[in-house]
Amino acid sequence: MTLAEIRDLFQCDVLSGEDDLALDVRDVLVSDGMSEILAFAKSRELMITGLTNILSIRTADIAGVAAVLYCRGKSPEKKSIAFAREKGIPVLVTKWLMFDICGVLHAKGLKGAS
Amino acid sequence: MAEELLRERFEIQGRNFEKAGEVSGEIKVILRDLGLDPGCIRRLVIVSYEAEMNVVMYAERGALTLVVSDEDVGLEIADTGPGIPDIELALQEGYSTAPDEMRELGFGFGMGLPNMKKNSDEFRIESDVGVGTRVFAKVRLNPHA
Repeated sequence: MTLAEIRDLFQCDVLSGEDDLALDVRDVLVSDGMSEILAFAKSRELMITGLTNILSIRTADIAGVAAVLYCRGKSPEKKSIAFAREKGIPVLVTKWLMFDICGVLHAKGLKGAS
Repeated sequence: MAEELLRERFEIQGRNFEKAGEVSGEIKVILRDLGLDPGCIRRLVIVSYEAEMNVVMYAERGALTLVVSDEDVGLEIADTGPGIPDIELALQEGYSTAPDEMRELGFGFGMGLPNMKKNSDEFRIESDVGVGTRVFAKVRLNPHA
């Protein structure tokens, strides 16, 4: 599924990576615990989290994820967005809850990274 | 005998959450510029990042030394801090002594040390309670060699 499809599905605002929405993601990492993201990251997953501080983007960079989707309508700090832009990491924000996002993505065939 | 290609030392400030992770981000760029295998880089920077976060969360200060050879990439992290009384217990997934303040930042769920061990080909911790902790980790450039 492309980031553009994910944007449309969850009515996301795109805060970084507007030119990278054709990027395709197949695996998903979901957690507010950054060590859990690091424990299961393999390569180029979609990272879904409610943690919006700069460490979330730092973790995304270290883990090598394809994009970050912030859920529950939580807006990331300005410096998080600036850092994501610097690192070339697409960032999307949706009001949808984490559980509902996961249910929809799972039904569409995306898999949880494990 | 492995030939040392690069050695660099980085200071880490305890409790400075604004700068937390900067050293590991810098190491990622250095290793990428050296043209190393992306899988090895990912494993190494996960070890580095978790170690850096541990210094930031628990210690007063620390230093990370990166050593790149033609066979492997090594990390030595030494901190001045409380130390770890029971290393075996600390290596168990889920065991944590982190306060809620750290969990709110997304860390301290008892995955850091296990993540470091899992991503290393060689891993060792030494600690003196009340003095500090030293972590040694190596990632081989070709793990199948």
